[in-house]
Formats: sequence, structure tokens, C-alpha cells
Amino acid sequence: MSRVLTLRDSLREAMSEEMRRDPDVFLMGEEVAEYNGAYKVSKGMLDEFGPERVIDTPITELGFAGVGVGAAMNGLRPIIEFMTWNFAVLAFDQIINNAAKTLSQSAGQYRCPIVFRGPSGAAGQLAQQHSQTFESWMANCPGLKVISIVDPADSKGLLKSAIRDNDPVCFMESEMMYGLKGEVPEGEYLVPIGKAVVRKEGTDVTIVSYNKSMELVKEAATKLEAEGISAEVIDLRTIRPLDIDTIVTSVKKTNRLVVVDECWPFAGVSAEVAYEVQKYAFDYLDAPVTRVNAADTSLPYAATLVEEYMPNAAKIIKAVKEVSYAGV
Amino acid sequence: MAVTTKPKKKTAKKAKASSYSKETYLSWFEVMYRIRRFEERTLMAYGQQKIRGFCHVYIGQEAIAAGMVSALTSEDKVVTAYRQHGIALSRGLDSKSCMAELFGKATGCVKGKGGSMHFFSKEHNYFGGNGIVGAQIPIGTGIAFAEKYRKTSNLAVTMFGDGAARQGALYESFNMAETWDLPVLYICENNGYAMGTSVERTSSVTDIYKMGQPFNMPSEQVDGMSPEAVHEAMTRAAEYIRSGQGPYFLEIKTYRYKGHSVSDPAKYRTKEELQHYKNLDPVKAIEAKILADKIASETEVKAIKDAIKQELDEAVKFAEESPQPDPSELYTDNYTQEDYPFITD
Ligand SMILES: Cc1ncc(C[n+]2csc(CCOP(=O)(O)OP(=O)(O)O)c2C)c(N)n1
Ligand SMILES: [Mg+2]
Repeated sequence: MSRVLTLRDSLREAMSEEMRRDPDVFLMGEEVAEYNGAYKVSKGMLDEFGPERVIDTPITELGFAGVGVGAAMNGLRPIIEFMTWNFAVLAFDQIINNAAKTLSQSAGQYRCPIVFRGPSGAAGQLAQQHSQTFESWMANCPGLKVISIVDPADSKGLLKSAIRDNDPVCFMESEMMYGLKGEVPEGEYLVPIGKAVVRKEGTDVTIVSYNKSMELVKEAATKLEAEGISAEVIDLRTIRPLDIDTIVTSVKKTNRLVVVDECWPFAGVSAEVAYEVQKYAFDYLDAPVTRVNAADTSLPYAATLVEEYMPNAAKIIKAVKEVSYAGV
Repeated sequence: MAVTTKPKKKTAKKAKASSYSKETYLSWFEVMYRIRRFEERTLMAYGQQKIRGFCHVYIGQEAIAAGMVSALTSEDKVVTAYRQHGIALSRGLDSKSCMAELFGKATGCVKGKGGSMHFFSKEHNYFGGNGIVGAQIPIGTGIAFAEKYRKTSNLAVTMFGDGAARQGALYESFNMAETWDLPVLYICENNGYAMGTSVERTSSVTDIYKMGQPFNMPSEQVDGMSPEAVHEAMTRAAEYIRSGQGPYFLEIKTYRYKGHSVSDPAKYRTKEELQHYKNLDPVKAIEAKILADKIASETEVKAIKDAIKQELDEAVKFAEESPQPDPSELYTDNYTQEDYPFITD
């Protein structure tokens, strides 16, 4: 049995179920309690769990991320919500220098089972400081796991896995997709961290993506299908560890790869995927791996510039035709 | 209302009895009226989807901008947060370029690249609206550092909200500024809320001016609904800072009549509370005072209002008719290097 839920509802179900299951889990962040979450993800959770477990913080990202790390080292399982990942930049010291390093520094004596979550990526005309994509930043750091997903059902299963995981997990959502609807199974289920999923099977080209770009990829794949190009579509779901097997298996079948990645191109997720594929499927490639990224610039406010900056279905179709030598 | 803590070297003077010229009153009124009407047009244009993204208006806080205009010089530097249209206008940015910026047009004060949160104007010594809460506090401190370094007599006004006062950057900045006697005027615009969170819910010390005390920084609480009070406190602070004695901190108590941003219905406060502050409306109050005390005639006040209405009609028209930035502008202003090799595939 399943029902249709929005991404925001499925994330809330994941947190609430885990908080019912384990009294050590708590939620902390700006506006998560009385305001019901800046994007209403935690709506109603204060009422159910009370102010000891759903905690409004001052605007002190470094401070409350650090409080989370300390609590995690001392046996709790914090969920730290950042209003967006842009503000998590203030907390990078705690995420990178502490959460990611605790196990190594203490030679395994202290774990840091913590989830840092919030939306990543551009969300319309929000200008330079509020539009950044953090998957490649966080995935660069050993010690962290990174999940980036908007599919409601998988988001729920992955967030539950993240909360139960004994390592620090960065969980990336999307401001623009909190209202995205999908079938979500009833009852208890987990989705494993580190496993990509084939969303659509195809024969001519593999398109790999994650987070809200998946919606663009689906749109592009449908249009390509109508033009006789059959795309296999992979949703990475987890960025670190990267499920390279699923990608390589697909590329061995289609012989062509386009990576759609809202991160900036330089050392972005697309760069890592391309490296792995040239290493493990070199002989199977019929065209160079191609990618569609956000532009190699800051994102300004004006509509024309946002349009130029962002990946879109047309850019994906163009890239697919390029690797297919199909003439653009 | 001024509460002065013990300054490190010298006690700040108490406010003098206020008596200001007709010009001063009218200029305060003009600044405040312009901001109020500009923001109303902003909200209207937002409703028509001509302005997008995050948009935070200054309605209710106008007296702070007005008092600042008369207390400072145009050489003084100003940096603030994203709730910045009013401050930018008061520093002299013209309403056309500000409205065009909100519309995302190439004629905007930052060519349509910044939008509501990020106006800048080097010409007006305006160091911009910052979208990261509290980030401008150390930046303003650095602007002051440069003024001292170059031995000017300018000060750096560093403005932030009550919510921003929780960021660690504030404490780090206060300590450096006081230790190094930097010419910085810190202004906390305490409007009672950071998004949906009241000061009481996130602070063990609700009188924010007291946060200057551990650093031996002279600190006062000021009535932000009165341009006179703001002017006097800032004048006192500026005098102190310009004499080389280091930073000064003003907590200016104010209120925002609208939600945090256009998308906030502000359910976290009561109608009674909002009404209480609306009764103190600084724009209405100064107009009433000007007329009641016969500082200027009704005709003179009306002339100012009419001129501003016309100015804003023109600003909106200008914004509407201006072109959008060319897509190629995406690749300008990322580096000063003209031929920077961007990754484009
Ligand atoms: C570092 C950071 N954290 C969170 C946010 C989201 N945010 C934007 S405004 C705001 C409230 C700030 O309140 P305050 O400083 O009182 O300023 P006001 O809006 O009242 O002018 C928050 C939490 C942000 N922009 N930057
Ligand atoms: Mg505030």
C-alpha cells in the first residue's frame, strides 16, 4: 500500500518515525519548532515531541552545529537543520574539522552519528549568496556521507537510514521541491545509503543526475524518446559513497554518458563521475563523457541570467545529441 | 531612553535638548516618506510578480535611516543586511536605480545582478546589503580598519538585526574593534524579531546594547521611532568615534510592520502588539509634529509628498521600461581579469 505525499511530508514522517523509535534522536535548528520550519518540513513536530526534542536555536550556525557534534559524541543522535546549506557555510568548521574527523582523531573511540540537513541548490531568483549547491563541497571530505535527493519515497527511506547511520551524514534537499509529490509506501522501510537507482531504462545513452535536476532529466528523456533516442536515467541519490557500479553497468550497455549536475563544473560531482567512468568503462565509451552543470560563475538575480546559468532540459537534450553524434 | 554604559576612557555626553531647524525636520520627513512609499510600491510590484526572490521591506524602521542622514557625513561608510532598501535610499542611491534593481533590469544599481538583498554603490560609500545573517559585522569592522589605516576621519557604520546579534562574528568583531580602537559605529536595529523568533526566545540578555559592555564599548539603547533620538545618539557616537577612542554600539529599538519577507504572514505576533507599534508610526508622527508645531505649512509638506510620488511614478516606469540584462552578462563581474577562461562544457 502507498499514498501520495509531498517531499516535505515524507521528510517529516522520516524524522517523526525515527524520533518515536529512538528517544536519543532530536531536531535542532532555526525556526524548526514554533514556526514549524522555514519550509514547514517540521510542521507539528513540536506538538508531538515537545520543546526538549524539537529545539529552536538562535541564528548561530557554527554554535548549534557544534552543539550537535558534542551531543553526538556523547551518545545522542542529533538532526541539525540548516535553513539552507548556504548558511551551513558558517558551520563548516564543525562539520569538516569535527564531525568528519571525530572517529579518526579518537582512533575509533568516539563516533559522531549526526545528520546535517537542509535544502541545497538554486531556488529561483535568490541571487549569489542564496543559490549555491554544496554536494561536491561536502563530498570532497572523507568522514562524511552525502545524500542528495528529492524523490519523496526514497527521501524518506534515506533520511531514516541517515538518522540510524553511525557516521555523520549531510542530507541535501531542495527548496523548490518540498511540494513535489510522489507515491510513498506505508509502513516501515529503509533505503540504503550508497545505492543509485535506475529511474528509467534505455539503450542509447545514460543520463546521471541527482536532486532537483532529476526532474529536468525526466523531462529531457521524455522528449528524447519522442525523437527516437532512448535514455537510461540514473538517480545517484547518494553522492558519497558514489555508486559507481550502477553507472558503469549502464554505460557498458549504452556506451554514452551525460552527467547533469547543478554543482559548478570545477571538481564538481560530474567531474568525479566522469573520472570513474573513463577509468572503469574506457573501452565501452563511444563518445567523450559530457556534462551539464551550473555555469562557472556566481548566480545573479535577473531572470535572464538565471536562465543562462541553470541546467535545463534543452541543455540536456543538446548534450545527449552531442554524445550521440545526432546533430544538434 | 538613552542608557549609557561606562565607556572605557570617557563618559559619553547626554542628549542635548532637541531643537532642530525646519530644514532638518523636512529632510527627515522627506527621507522617511520616500522610503515608506518606495516600499509600498515594492510590495505592489512583488504582488504583480515584477519583483522576485526574497524581498524584505523597511516599513516601520524609517526613522533610523532619517536620523542617520543628519548625524553622519556622506564620506562615512555604511554596510547593512538584506533589509536594506531604506538605508540605500537614505545614503543617496536614486529611486530609479533601486527600483530597476528590484525589477532585475540592466539599469539597476548593480545591473540587475543583486536584487532586493544586494544593492551596492561605491559612489555613495554604500557597501551593500548582505544576505548572510551577521556576515556584515566583521566586514564593517574591516571597513573601519581601512579608514583607520588610511588615517581618515570617517567612520564605518555597521548595521545588523537583533537576530544577527547572536552570531559569533559579533563577539569576535566587538573584541577586535575595541582592542584596536577602530572607528566603527555598530547599530543593532532591534525590531523584536528574527523571522518568527522573538528576542526573548533566543537570548539570555534581551537588552542587546548590554552586549557591548563586556568589551568596554560605550553602548546605548535608543528609541528608533524618533529621528531626533536616533540623530542625537548617532551624533554623540560619531563624535566619540571620530575623536579616536574606538567603536560605539547603539541598540535602536524599532518594529517592522510587515512580515519578515513578503512570504511571511507573521502569525507569531498579536494584532494588539502590531497595533501598539502602528500607533507609534514614525512617518505619521513626524508629519503630525511638523504640522502641529507649525514647523512647516501643510502646503510645504504636500509639496514634498507630491514630489516623491512623482519621483516614484517615474522610478517604476523607468524600471518597467528598462531592458533585462543580456545573458552574456552572466560572465561579467566574476573576475576582474577580462579574459578569464571559464569552464563552459
Ligand atoms: C547565516 C544565515 N542564517 C540564516 C539565514 C536566514 N535568515 C534570513 S533573515 C533571518 C532573520 C534575521 O533577523 P534579524 O537579524 O533580526 O534581522 P531582521 O530581518 O529583523 O531585519 C534569518 C534566520 C541567513 N540569511 N543567514
Ligand atoms: Mg530583527
